[in-house]
Amino acid sequence: MDWLHSLNPTIQDVLSAFGRAILAIIPIFAPVPFIIWYERRLLSWMQDRIGPNRTGNITFSRTSKVVPGFLRGKKFKLFGLAQSMADGLKLFLKEDIMPDKTDRFLFILAPLIALFVALTLGCTIPYGGDTRFTPVADVNIGLLYILAISSLGAYSTVLAGYSSNNKYSLLGGLRASAQLISYELAMGVSLAAMVMTTGSLKMTDIVNAQAQPLFGEISFLHNWNILTPMGFISAVVFFICMLAETNRPPFDLPEAENELVAGYHTEYSTKRWGLFMMAEYMAMFTFSMVFATVFLGGYQLPIRWDALAPLENSYLMGLVVMLFKGAVGLSVYIWVRATFPRLRYDQLMNLGWRFLLPLAVANLMITATWIFATKVYSPTAGWITGIVLYAILFFVWAMVRHRAKKLEPQYRSRSVNMVSSNRRTVEVVSNKEATS
Amino acid sequence: MKITPELIVFAMLAGPAALGAVGVVASKSAVRSALCLVFNFFLLAFLYFSLNMELLGISQIMVYAGAIMVLFVFVIMLLNPKLLEEKRDLKRPIGLLFGFVLFGLLASQILPATINVDAAPVVNQVGSPQLIGDALFTSYVFPFEVVSILLLVGVVGSVFLAKKRTP
Repeated sequence: MDWLHSLNPTIQDVLSAFGRAILAIIPIFAPVPFIIWYERRLLSWMQDRIGPNRTGNITFSRTSKVVPGFLRGKKFKLFGLAQSMADGLKLFLKEDIMPDKTDRFLFILAPLIALFVALTLGCTIPYGGDTRFTPVADVNIGLLYILAISSLGAYSTVLAGYSSNNKYSLLGGLRASAQLISYELAMGVSLAAMVMTTGSLKMTDIVNAQAQPLFGEISFLHNWNILTPMGFISAVVFFICMLAETNRPPFDLPEAENELVAGYHTEYSTKRWGLFMMAEYMAMFTFSMVFATVFLGGYQLPIRWDALAPLENSYLMGLVVMLFKGAVGLSVYIWVRATFPRLRYDQLMNLGWRFLLPLAVANLMITATWIFATKVYSPTAGWITGIVLYAILFFVWAMVRHRAKKLEPQYRSRSVNMVSSNRRTVEVVSNKEATS
Repeated sequence: MKITPELIVFAMLAGPAALGAVGVVASKSAVRSALCLVFNFFLLAFLYFSLNMELLGISQIMVYAGAIMVLFVFVIMLLNPKLLEEKRDLKRPIGLLFGFVLFGLLASQILPATINVDAAPVVNQVGSPQLIGDALFTSYVFPFEVVSILLLVGVVGSVFLAKKRTP
């Protein structure tokens, strides 16, 4: 414990650490009401509805003598922004019901774990180039920290489902644990490829590695990971896993409103349910930020221009850019929710284990080969190797898919056959792309 | 014994961890046991952090607290065991005997260190991913590959067991 002796904090250090923590939590905590409003409005717009657009509007009478003259007939519009506040107030004033036969301690603990996970996820994300303010802790295991904290998120749903003493809740909890474990694997593997390309687990290093010119050639663009081939595949895998980790549609199996009453938070009411909801939106936002940091170049502006460098490295500008990128992530979340129907349980498992995980592992191997060829021969050789390997991967995938379609017609059928005796067993797909 | 900052930090982490370990054996319901074990693993990770072992600690949280124990809780919830009434048999004395032997072993290692407190010097940055990766893929690359083959055997075996036997 040498670090303990070398710690000699001045009051300035303590205050700056405190400030860093506050500055990391507020950008996540404060937008939650706005995020909820934004989701409802955007979803309504996508579904040809209107959504909450009236709350908080004040229309002054045109004829009343009480209203001062300059206000007569005026209308103040808030576009329904007060809806979230009204909802919050409603949640706080309703009766809090806790069922009798619950496991009380775990029942209370579960939403707290969800909140803890949502708030501490962003502790290693740099919001700006100014390292005095961000991140809270610039540890050399930043990405692993995010994976570890997000893996703890399974406990909130599982414990909520178990402690409610309710069949529906238990089913929701079981589904949640299965889903989260399945999708964490692909998530970790897809991030491992990015760690290879950027060469560090430190978040600030990951962002700085993306500040180079694109492919080392194009000088007006950053080398964002999503613009490179392996980064793009990783980004797609990571985004799908992100949806699954935050229990958002189309992966909202744990909450499935039309099968389980409300899934794992059936028995929760008022404040605790509100905690769950807040934690979900915060986790969405933080995961969008993680996505932005790893794949979209963090706090960098989209255009690489030396005149913008001091602007980029200031805290406020970085924060604005990060919030904007987080908003982009949120919009895609909502877009996906409005577009795709919920997956069936077996489809969910198939997607996680038989598509995403092999794809992520193959991408990891191809990335390794690419980097090897680049370092040993030349960037051109790396490109050729990578493209050839991706072509082989696509060919193998098409072949396997063709065989699977011939063998297993029940995966295309819409009927649910959960328990059947004549169902074929799953073939073990040989790892051909790994050996090629 | 002189109270040092290390001792305070260690006590703050190790005391609750030990209590969690006691809770694993003492609690009646299986889920509570599993959660106490999660708590124990979590604090163990913080003990690793206090020894400059960030990678080991975060792997502890990720692998044990985040993956293995979720599976444990999953299985326990799936089977939903009733509260077990313990039968008096030979298991308890044998278990107590083993426990005392283990306690003696650990105490024989801990006691000399507590008599004259002399913390082992820690190399700075010993737990950084770069150093561990260097060691893993240069000096210890053969054991690493053997372990990966072992895991592959485990995967193949589980698939074999999970397959339906067609008579």
